[in-house]
Amino acid sequence: MSNCFSGNEAVAYAMKQINPDVMGAFPITPSTEIPEYFAQYVANGEVNTEYVTVESEHSSMSVCIAAEAAGARSVCATSSCGLALMYEMLYVAASCRLPITLACVTRALSGPININNDHSDSMGARDTGWIQIYAENNQEAYDNFIMAMPIGETASVRLPVMTCMDGFITSHAVENIEFLDTEVVRKFVGEYNPENYLLKKENPLAVGPYDISAYYMEHKVLEAEAMKAAKARILEVADEFAKISGRHYGLFEEYRMEDAELAMVLIGSSAGTAKAAVDQLREQGVKAGLIKVRVFRPFPGEELAQALSKTKAVAVMDKSEGFSANGGPLFAETRSALYDLKQRPHLIDIVFGLGGRDLKTEDVENIFARLADIAATGETGPVYTHLGQRQRRK
Amino acid sequence: MKACYEKYFRDNLPHIFCPGCGNGIVMGAWARAMDEMGLENNDCVAISGIGCSSRITTYIDLYTLHTAHGRALPFAIGVKMCKPDMHVFVFSGDGDCAAIGGNHFIHACRRNIDMTLIVINNSIYGMTGGQYSPLTPTGHFATTAPYGNIDPAFDICKIAEASGATFVARGDIYNIRQMIDLIKEGHNHKGFSVIEVVSSCPISYGRRNKINGAPALLRYIKDHSVPVANAAKMSAEEMKGKWPVGVLYKTEAKEYVEAYQELVARLQGGS
Ligand SMILES: Cc1ncc(C[n+]2csc(CCOP(=O)(O)OP(=O)(O)O)c2C)c(N)n1
Repeated sequence: MSNCFSGNEAVAYAMKQINPDVMGAFPITPSTEIPEYFAQYVANGEVNTEYVTVESEHSSMSVCIAAEAAGARSVCATSSCGLALMYEMLYVAASCRLPITLACVTRALSGPININNDHSDSMGARDTGWIQIYAENNQEAYDNFIMAMPIGETASVRLPVMTCMDGFITSHAVENIEFLDTEVVRKFVGEYNPENYLLKKENPLAVGPYDISAYYMEHKVLEAEAMKAAKARILEVADEFAKISGRHYGLFEEYRMEDAELAMVLIGSSAGTAKAAVDQLREQGVKAGLIKVRVFRPFPGEELAQALSKTKAVAVMDKSEGFSANGGPLFAETRSALYDLKQRPHLIDIVFGLGGRDLKTEDVENIFARLADIAATGETGPVYTHLGQRQRRK
Repeated sequence: MKACYEKYFRDNLPHIFCPGCGNGIVMGAWARAMDEMGLENNDCVAISGIGCSSRITTYIDLYTLHTAHGRALPFAIGVKMCKPDMHVFVFSGDGDCAAIGGNHFIHACRRNIDMTLIVINNSIYGMTGGQYSPLTPTGHFATTAPYGNIDPAFDICKIAEASGATFVARGDIYNIRQMIDLIKEGHNHKGFSVIEVVSSCPISYGRRNKINGAPALLRYIKDHSVPVANAAKMSAEEMKGKWPVGVLYKTEAKEYVEAYQELVARLQGGS
């Protein structure tokens, strides 16, 4: 078999190897190929998944919720407006503690209508109670999907998992990747055997009933605890995964951070560009480093603070505009995480890449030049800025 | 010399529709109908959802509102309630109208609000690359039905009639003169008018269903479109796989904005 796969095909292939019980399917660019490849696997009898085509994403997530509640393992894929339309059900999935796995192929949200990549869709869903794991490239998209179920389904967690990859850049670009044998994947992922489920006749359940004030808060606290517990589980699963794949994953990746004084923090495929720029800067003697956040929910605040504690100036790169008037979501989390450090680096936020605007190595180099300046002068200048937009005509 | 209907287009042509796509034909027929009715651009609003067919609002030079997938009708209702004098046209695809927007569709019919809905039915989700829609005929192929679709299809005209639309017609992209007349008649009718136009997607539908090329698909549409008068004389067996074209249903009923205004007038004592 050729190992040349697009990100979408890699994820569809991971799904095929896992052979889930149910898929809720509805198309939207750029994730459409995932249910399409999967339809072919179903039709060819390569999996025995119930493939449920529906009339909207609200329904595809509802199918997954019902299936998972009934004790079946369910998967789904979507992007942009599709994820936005699921919003109501994303909360239901998480609060019913149903470990559904959703491949989110990130794309800008309307409006204006735009089909290209940024993180406004997944970032909009960051507080829904889903674990979020982001990929830089096709290999990671594949690997993250395989790790998702062992993370989400474990008793201490029981939360749905969203694996995210960048629309078009990762989903449609073809790369050589290493696959695991299907046997190995099935053994790694195991069977989904929840203790309790809707259709268990010895112990039938009511799923999703009205939760009065006397109980609601307790349930929310349990959910919050589960999200905290997920951090350890993610690392445990990553260790097990390293044993079968030789590939090591943490909550984030530190690239040339050993002695870095200037650092960039970002998410997703832009890490490739940033790494190339960091390499060039290192050759020029600049102590530059990169942190690529892989797990955004649960947010690795303490670990990130530790990793940045020795730096002098840090640029956080947000690929979504949070409209908080105070910086993007990655910046808000990072800055808050650094608050407890005795010695904090200077921090700036740069919103970039909206609706598919490219990030170039020169851009990264310019940002590092700005960081060098900040480190030298102690003057941060404007904290929250945007990169690469044309100036408004006066 | 400019064609008389050119004033209804912005200067951003050519459009992005694939060669052989029916969307351009429908857009052209609509513009001719506009011209024959003598409607002024700024007296009209066009609203669409998302899909290839919904891109029509990018090209036509009226007040246009390009909205979210399946949601054109609620937007249109908002416009009409607020500006009852505006002529409201809605462009929608079979997926946009009958799948994700199906609920809005039946309720817009039920209210009988005065506007003209043109549903461009190419039997497939064109924009996303050929997944079956609720209007894909049973047994036909789609990316999500590589071995044939087992779902029964909706007859959107029957749904419209049953849901309360007061003008229901079907045209097709071969019989253009008829389509123009149907759009005019639909527009002149006071109430909710639904015009389904049987259209073509040679790339995502024709190719997969062994109707190869745009001319073959157009011929297929021509051969399967039967004028209502003839259809009435044919047996169910003879009509199998075919569809009647023309005005299918027309009745008079209270129009929604009028009913609303009467209510307001009654409660506010006509002040
Ligand atoms: C909420 C949401 N879900 C899915 C999509 C993706 N999408 C765009 S167009 C389309 C279907 C288009 O089919 P149809 O309405 O029949 O129009 P056509 O392109 O065939 O003209 C879909 C599913 C979207 N834009 N928004």
